[in-house]
Amino acid sequence: MTIMTSRSLHDADPAALRRRRRDRIVTVVLVGAVALAVMPLVMILFEVVRRGVGAMSWEFLTSVQPFSQRRPGGGYLHGLVGTLYMVAIASLLSVPLGIGAATFVVEYGQSRLSPLIRFFTDVMTGVPSIFVGLFIYSVVVQGRIGFSTLAGALALSLLMLPIVARSAEEVLRLVPDDLRNAAYGLGAHRWQVVTRVVWPAASNGLVTGAMLAVARAAGETAPLLLTALGAFEIVTRLVGEAQTALPLLIYSEARGPYEAAHARAWAGALELMLLVLILTIAARALSRRTTRNGNG
Amino acid sequence: MAATGISSGRRRRLLRPDEIFRVVLGVAGAGVLAILATMLISTTVQAWPVLSREGWGFVTGSVWDPGTSRSEITGEYGALAFVVGTLVTSGIALAVAVPLAVAVALYITQAAPRRVAAGLTYTIELLAAVPSVVFGLWGLLFFVPTVLRPLMDVVANTLGTFVPFLGGPVVTYNYFAAGIVLSFMVMPIVMAVSREVMAGTPVTEIGAAYALGATRWEVMRHVVLPRARPGIIGATMLGLGRALGETIAVAMLIGGSQQIPSSVFRGGQSMAGIIAVTFQEAAPENVKALIGVGVLLFVITVVVNMAARLIVWATGGYVAKEQSL
Amino acid sequence: MKPSRPTTLLIVLALVAAACGGASNDDSSGSPSSEPVELLGAGASFPAPLYQEWIGAYRQVEPGVSINYQSIGSGGGIEQFIGQQTDFGASDAFLTDEELADATAARGCEPVHIPTVFGAVAVAYNVEGVDSLTLSGPVLADIFLGKITRWNDPAIAALNPGVVMPDADIVVAHRSDGSGTTSIFTTYLSSVSDDWKNGPGAGKQVEWPAPNSVGGEKNDGVTAQIQQNPGSVGYVELSYAIETGIPVAKMLNEDGNAVEPTLESTAAAADGIAIPDDLRFNILGVGGDGYPIAGATWLLAWTCGYDEAEAAALKAWITWALEDGDDLARELLYSPLPDSLQAKALAKVALIDAER
Repeated sequence: MTIMTSRSLHDADPAALRRRRRDRIVTVVLVGAVALAVMPLVMILFEVVRRGVGAMSWEFLTSVQPFSQRRPGGGYLHGLVGTLYMVAIASLLSVPLGIGAATFVVEYGQSRLSPLIRFFTDVMTGVPSIFVGLFIYSVVVQGRIGFSTLAGALALSLLMLPIVARSAEEVLRLVPDDLRNAAYGLGAHRWQVVTRVVWPAASNGLVTGAMLAVARAAGETAPLLLTALGAFEIVTRLVGEAQTALPLLIYSEARGPYEAAHARAWAGALELMLLVLILTIAARALSRRTTRNGNG
Repeated sequence: MAATGISSGRRRRLLRPDEIFRVVLGVAGAGVLAILATMLISTTVQAWPVLSREGWGFVTGSVWDPGTSRSEITGEYGALAFVVGTLVTSGIALAVAVPLAVAVALYITQAAPRRVAAGLTYTIELLAAVPSVVFGLWGLLFFVPTVLRPLMDVVANTLGTFVPFLGGPVVTYNYFAAGIVLSFMVMPIVMAVSREVMAGTPVTEIGAAYALGATRWEVMRHVVLPRARPGIIGATMLGLGRALGETIAVAMLIGGSQQIPSSVFRGGQSMAGIIAVTFQEAAPENVKALIGVGVLLFVITVVVNMAARLIVWATGGYVAKEQSL
Repeated sequence: MKPSRPTTLLIVLALVAAACGGASNDDSSGSPSSEPVELLGAGASFPAPLYQEWIGAYRQVEPGVSINYQSIGSGGGIEQFIGQQTDFGASDAFLTDEELADATAARGCEPVHIPTVFGAVAVAYNVEGVDSLTLSGPVLADIFLGKITRWNDPAIAALNPGVVMPDADIVVAHRSDGSGTTSIFTTYLSSVSDDWKNGPGAGKQVEWPAPNSVGGEKNDGVTAQIQQNPGSVGYVELSYAIETGIPVAKMLNEDGNAVEPTLESTAAAADGIAIPDDLRFNILGVGGDGYPIAGATWLLAWTCGYDEAEAAALKAWITWALEDGDDLARELLYSPLPDSLQAKALAKVALIDAER
């Protein structure tokens, strides 16, 4: 009783009781909100795993889909190949450009261009992916190159670019100035400081950003509809032939009425989710290690 | 060594590795600006014949009757139905996602044990990593017909009898279905930014409020929320930007009708959706019109994004987290 | 070296162009002995399952020929065909005069229309407790116009004596993309209803006036929409309806016979119609035992501009499909061409690349 009194002078006060009751209700509401917010992820994971595992098989991973969606069997090997192929090319294009832009912003912050670049990189992250697809369609696909691996990769690279640039900017800023000053003190040129000191110091973070961008690109559908189009077989050519990807296959088979196609779509979703989630989790683990190292 | 340095100093400086390095990086940086500008200009130029012919009617007209001509503009292009579809689904998504996201952010920053908070943050960020086509597949084959449809029927038969825009008959894939699934996709962004902003509340103020005898809710309501409000508005607008531009999940769930429905339980089409669905089929004049829809969508999302970022920046919020989602 | 006019995009393209050079070199350095031929086609989704099967089966006949057919819809098929992005096109609607002129100008020679099969556009429905439904052209038009909105409307009841029609709303399901299936369907509606003709009209993509309507992408999407929406009625290619087990309506034809869409009734529809020399024709005014909503589907190919191996492979595949592909067609519920028309179609195949 004495303890209670010492905790609050208004214990006997009905207003205080009401306040505390309200506090408890709010806590319940918040926990309820958390449950509601987490539910979709649980439901998606559960459903994708349940139906995906049911339809997943060695055959699915190692063969291509049947010609007609109504037939059972086959798999999305061509989609996996297409996804990896396009994402790889997109990375080759966007990672150097994005890191270059971020380095410019951080290391040449006094330039008048820097804040502009920074702001518009931010803006670019918000550009709808379908618009990027439209742009590449109108410039590249109609420009005689046609639906192709290349067109798809270019669209993905434009989506990856701002993600790479912004995350690179963040990690480059985390590199302590002491390191830079020490290197300058030893007589290093600026380009040497950047390439030999700053980039290596930030390498984990740069890789993290690139991996998150790759994860995002691997899951994109809309821009590929207008640029890669789709294919039924493994496509190795860069131009001259339409390419396909896991998301495109899932999209086209999910829409239809066939059970066999739906089964493949679920298995494909499982494959794609694994790809994307592993990349994401690995990237986060890597970035956590970096920040811990940086702090220590 | 020194002598040559002086005699040819001017020429040498142009070729110094530092200068080259700076120019290379500068080109990369300017590239980002150039790409953005090229995107806007090239698409606007392509869409111009339709935009100039329709004028404001392109946005306010509700008849979308594509022509089949290869050289001139013969159809009628009023994109209002798609603008409405995009706005309504985004509105539904935000109406669901924002309160939920703010509640979760409050819980994580003010009430949860540290370990729970970290786990929750992580889980919800994973939700953001789920590809939109997987949301679409799940919504199309499981969530909407199995979970949402019975709920929509109940609402349409009860509330729908007197509340406008909630009436039946219910069509399985509709504005509401697309909006709800979209809310799951938007929630992580709003949550992440809100959490950052709330985490920025000075510990001293919170401590002071508790010292004065405030309950946890009172601290949230009188200390945390007022400070975080501009940040939450910014977060909401970032979420809006994402919702407006989402294509595949919405296209799969919105119902695909080209009209402005009288109820959220009926089908419609979004701006991104009409592009994805009809682009490959379209005659050249129709393609120009669809590019026009893309430009309109681009302008809307960019304005929303710029405003959001300016608000968040101005209030000292930290938006970087959202990039990686 | 200031980043003035040349945008980085151009730099990117240049980089990539260099990369392409490398890639295509790799390709040609493969094995030149058994030169494999790759053909790219795109278009109608109406015959897509059949074409995919034909392609799959033809692989057993000619393993060196790889054909990639994209089911993107007739509109897209025509666009990409004229745009020279594909080797052959496929469409459920023949080219308009303007398209024909543009195509000829784009390639420098005429395209040929090769009809492959006939298909019926089925009126599929999903109405609880109703497993037999008969509709007439005008009633169907009124449903799609939004004039008839309930299943127990007297006009529907009059056509279905003995069937208890439920007191439920009608949901109209249509294609949300441009399509030849839509063209066949709306061409039919225009021929039986003046209100339809003067309203939405005929075309690959029209304004759907019924207030309670849903759209689906491709035959697949419309079939799925009908399955998911109780009280719905929509139009899909017959094979899609049959395979998914959705009930289809009997249609009254010109002679007042209620005809179920089947292979036989589709063939009967295609029988007594006059066919012009360029093989561009609609199937309208069907009587007798014929099912009234039917249409042909065409492959489009050029009379010039292929390389020799491509032309030979394309001709061989189409010839094989027309001559030996009938069983596969029937299995998938497409009606093969009558003999007289098949001969005309083969004559068109012979014109492929003939002006080289």
